Amino acid sequence: MKLFSKENPWRSLRLPVIALALILVILVLGGQKNFGTVQYAQFILDGLRGGAIYAMIAMGFVIVYNVTGVINFAQGAFVMLGAMLAVTFYEIEMPLPIALRLILSVILSIGVTTIIGLLVERLTIHPARFSSPLTLIIITVGVFISLQGIALLVWGPNAHIYPSFTTLGMADKVFRVNGVVIKAQGFWIWGVTALVLLLLAFFFEKTLLGKAMRACAINRRAARLVGIRFDRMSMLAFGMASALGALGGIIVAPLLRPSFDIGLNLGLKGFVAAIIGGLVSPLGAVLGGLLLGLLENVTAGVTKSGMRDIYAFTLLILTLLFRPHGLLGAQKTAVESGEESQP
Amino acid sequence: MKKNAVLFFANTNTVGWTMLTAIVILMGWIETSKPFGVDFADLSGGVITMDTMVRIAILTIVLVGLNLLMGYAGQVSLGHAAFYGVGAYTSAIFTARAGSLFGMPESIPASWEWPWIVMLAGMIFSASLAYLIGKPILRLRGHYLAMATLGLGIIAYILFRENMGFQGDHITGSYDGVSGIPRLRLGALELWPIARYYFFAWAAALGVMAFGLNLINSRMGRALRAVHGSEVAAQAMGVDVAAYKARVFAISAALASLGGSLYAHFQAAVSPSPFSFTGSLELVVMSSVGGIASIWGAPFGVTLILFLKEFLRSRLRVLLSGASGEHEIIFYGLLLIVIMIFLPEGITSGVMKRWKLWQNQKGGRS
Repeated sequence: MKLFSKENPWRSLRLPVIALALILVILVLGGQKNFGTVQYAQFILDGLRGGAIYAMIAMGFVIVYNVTGVINFAQGAFVMLGAMLAVTFYEIEMPLPIALRLILSVILSIGVTTIIGLLVERLTIHPARFSSPLTLIIITVGVFISLQGIALLVWGPNAHIYPSFTTLGMADKVFRVNGVVIKAQGFWIWGVTALVLLLLAFFFEKTLLGKAMRACAINRRAARLVGIRFDRMSMLAFGMASALGALGGIIVAPLLRPSFDIGLNLGLKGFVAAIIGGLVSPLGAVLGGLLLGLLENVTAGVTKSGMRDIYAFTLLILTLLFRPHGLLGAQKTAVESGEESQP
Repeated sequence: MKKNAVLFFANTNTVGWTMLTAIVILMGWIETSKPFGVDFADLSGGVITMDTMVRIAILTIVLVGLNLLMGYAGQVSLGHAAFYGVGAYTSAIFTARAGSLFGMPESIPASWEWPWIVMLAGMIFSASLAYLIGKPILRLRGHYLAMATLGLGIIAYILFRENMGFQGDHITGSYDGVSGIPRLRLGALELWPIARYYFFAWAAALGVMAFGLNLINSRMGRALRAVHGSEVAAQAMGVDVAAYKARVFAISAALASLGGSLYAHFQAAVSPSPFSFTGSLELVVMSSVGGIASIWGAPFGVTLILFLKEFLRSRLRVLLSGASGEHEIIFYGLLLIVIMIFLPEGITSGVMKRWKLWQNQKGGRS
């Protein structure tokens, strides 16, 4: 422990000061619109609900990036596929109770999306695994465009409807606490996100397979030397990411009326969340997602709703410039830690 | 030997440039004088029109800038449509809305010099904006730079779409955009109908290509390639890496802005959608398909992608019943994947390399 740090003592205060200033600005802007506690509580709750979805998507980005070093732009397409496939499987007429049909549609959708994710890895990422990062980014963009195009061909341009998990109908159950409206689907979203986070923590910390994946993330060559098959780990990462994306798409589907083009926006936001969280751990991704959802919803609420994305992407750029390893990550800069290691 | 190689390249470029000019003039001649009663659209089976050809010229200008940045300096930009949009919106707002927005007397925007001044101002504005943003952002590398430029592109798009953050639609016209942009004039000569604009746009594109070809063989071009190879080594050899990167970012932004201005005067209306993230992606796709590290990749990439798009748009409806206009994006995505896996340096460079390899083998055998 150092008593006197050489660093500027104000440096550690920078983030809290910025946060306080931001809250002040929000309060002033909200004051002009006569917002009270109820409105703020509503913004915060809705923001955290959206943030949990971003968190689900961000976890997929983090897993793929850590194991393979690829920024997988197709992640948004997995989210869209998850939602659209769930709708399709749900709409199949079967002599079963609605609840069972819903559960079946969730399982089938995740399964099919995972298979698509594995195919994507085998057919596009694996053959180009020695290419430059830019080439790999462009390939995943191509995958995204193709999957979205196929979705347009299969499902058409219309929005579809998926029932809420609680009421199994179109209208969701709504709780009102002192004028604040909470949709029941929100609890499903938070619950699933928390459960996934716990399962991932268990998987990466306690199981041999999870430890092998972490080894690949730390040092790919060393991992191969001790007999970990990187091929398999890469496939597994893509499988997990697509399953997580699909699950995120499914739990948000009742709120959103999914159509073929929901993937781009959700994917990009999930990506911003992953960067804010530092691109290292699922926990960081979840915190980043919640923070992103909260900030963009509150700031958009007190200003203009169309400007929502501006706040999200400004946060992205500021994070990249000043805290490139995430708001929560270690203090290293992307400027110094230049080139990525090649396999 | 070394000198010969350089001379050979200079010759290839000059010959290629002259050939391209000849092709452009030939196509323009076919369109204007219609020999034997065939015009250009007939020759291409109704798929490629004059309109597409003008678009190719405009996007070639943008892509030469993008290739300088991505291919030669090695700096990724996933938000280049932002600068394209800055050019288009500057031209649109200052020509069509100068009176209503800034209270300018009618005579100034109505004069023929005004759009050209605006175009130049837009380029200078884009370049300085890029220079200012570039200084901090270009310190980032690899994925991080790609993501920062992506964020910038989306922010610019939303500012266009949301009237720069103000209420109403008096500045950028929100979703509807700005219409009523005047045609360009040179004195009394109006650069319209489309055939005249075609010659003008291609003259600009060929000029920009000549600029790019000269730039990469200049002191700056060598410095940029050194930066691409290794920043540390370039620095050690006395190249001011940060300054060169910011400068090439500014140049590519100015070229994108020029393309945007030409686009605005060509369409006579701008709306936000071409400048979205998808727009930036399309630019990167064209650049990668043509070949990032080559000025020649620019016209080839644009031509290939636009021809493919037009072809699919007109033919797909016949193949797939009930297919609407947007289904071409599947093929577009698949093409991108295939080219990136098998020819990651793009079609121009990939084919050139293979051809040289084949020549060498042939030489070795004989």
